Amino acid sequence: MGMTMTQKILADHANLTSVKAGDLIEAELDLVLGNDITSPVAIHEIDKMKVEGVFNKDKIALVMDHFVPNKDIKSAQHCKCVREFACKHDITNYFDVGEMGIEHALLPEKGLTVAGDVIIGADSHTCTYGALGAFSTGVGSTDMAAGMATGKAWFKVPSAIKFKLINKPAKWISGKDIILHIIGMIGVDGALYKSMEFVGDGIKYLSMDDRFTIANMAIEAGGKNGIFPVDDVAIEYMKEHSKRPYKVYEPDEDAQYDEEYVIDLSTLKPTVSFPHLPSNTRTIDNVGDIKIDQVVIGSCTNGRLDDLRIAAKVLEGKHVAKGIRVIILPATQKIYLQAMEEGLLRTFIEAGAVVSTPTCGPCLGGYMGILAENERCISTTNRNFVGRMGHVDSEIYLASPAVAAASAITGKITNPEDI
Amino acid sequence: MKEAYGKVFKYGDNVDTDVIIPARYLNSSEPSELAKHCMEDIDKEFVNEVQEGDIIVANKNFGCGSSREHAPISIKASGVSCVIAETFARIFYRNSINIGLPIVECPEAAKEIMAGDKVKVDFDTGIITDETTNKQYQGQAFPPFMQKIIDSEGLVNYINNK
Repeated sequence: MGMTMTQKILADHANLTSVKAGDLIEAELDLVLGNDITSPVAIHEIDKMKVEGVFNKDKIALVMDHFVPNKDIKSAQHCKCVREFACKHDITNYFDVGEMGIEHALLPEKGLTVAGDVIIGADSHTCTYGALGAFSTGVGSTDMAAGMATGKAWFKVPSAIKFKLINKPAKWISGKDIILHIIGMIGVDGALYKSMEFVGDGIKYLSMDDRFTIANMAIEAGGKNGIFPVDDVAIEYMKEHSKRPYKVYEPDEDAQYDEEYVIDLSTLKPTVSFPHLPSNTRTIDNVGDIKIDQVVIGSCTNGRLDDLRIAAKVLEGKHVAKGIRVIILPATQKIYLQAMEEGLLRTFIEAGAVVSTPTCGPCLGGYMGILAENERCISTTNRNFVGRMGHVDSEIYLASPAVAAASAITGKITNPEDI
Repeated sequence: MKEAYGKVFKYGDNVDTDVIIPARYLNSSEPSELAKHCMEDIDKEFVNEVQEGDIIVANKNFGCGSSREHAPISIKASGVSCVIAETFARIFYRNSINIGLPIVECPEAAKEIMAGDKVKVDFDTGIITDETTNKQYQGQAFPPFMQKIIDSEGLVNYINNK
């Protein structure tokens, strides 16, 4: 029986000629990732293990991105714990303030994730690297600890759903609109335990940044991973960013899929997820009159250069509505610098937005944009669960950078076409 | 641990890790500290009412969202002895096994068991007994290696004991 792209990568890393959905395997890991929230728990666990050190100091990435620069004493203690661990084990890829970025934007940019890799990360959005044709998935801190100690992890081989993206995206349609449309269609557990494999001629119109956004939110449909074919766009990206060899896997022609969906990108409309689930989607022409208090543009989902460019294009020469707080967070230092050189930061500041250092802060209600009771935020982040960004009676609407920027100008959820 | 026995707290679909343990408390990783805020954003009375051994029953996709192991840690530290659901989000499932929190998938039990019922779960057989309604359900029994991880109170002890 043929294998999917994901199954082929897993088989190779388990030294098996073939695997099938449901098999329990142990796979070699190319990278183990943790951040300032999940790593301290993993370090506590690894301290309890009877092991000498880590399996490979070059294949571990520790990124301080959630609560840095530290928001309080407890989060400072957490970072200190990780810093000391990184120093003790001479971890090559430890990224602290000044070098750090939001992990899932930073690692591909640093060339640490390439096609054919098997990657686990103690962060649910680790599935982002599937955009480059890697198998990558989120795990918890104990799995991260076992991965750091042994370089291996056990997996149940997933079955897959195929998403065939066809035709050129309509105007204003970004990766975010595509993935919100898909989650709205299949639900927040529509791909539970499964791979989401993206194929089709529509992919060639999607930039790497669009693909990162789509793979990033596979977890929001319950998916184990999201994965794209490796085409010229992906190869060019890897050559520009990485010195590591990559390996291209293609699904077998007779690979089995549980379901298959065809999505015509030319017919999509900008899409918004209403509270309190990412699957609660409406197209922009059906949102009604939703007044907002805050706009967040950033995160591992939408804090990359393409996202900032489109936001700046919408905000250029305009001003945000009176009383609306607009917070823009470039995802890495490099993106920050590029945004500065292109004049995007000037556009944002002149429009009345603030520009923050890279951090996950507001996305998970940590800091840098917490909502009060009954406040509403339109956000380019990935989750709109109850209380996610602050008060339990606040509301989050998920959207693309274009929709978020347009909404900043009017103070209510707005189609960028109307600006 | 061979069985769980306790009073049921009942929740619906898609209970996410943000309501199980809100991120504003993730500046701590101390189990007792996390337990003080367990389920806070979905059920403010949970921490006041939960007793050692109690059982959480929920519907689809329990534990969806973030990979924070703090979520099953806070549930376990609050005294809960088992979570029964129709389905679990996959990272939450792994994390629960890895820290030694027993979880059982059983759609019928998840649907029929009500809040406040007294329920017993036998981990060897997967049999769930609702003593309030006198009904029995066949939940998914753990494969032996998972049972050993739970008996060892988590993956780390299991690896060390091997």
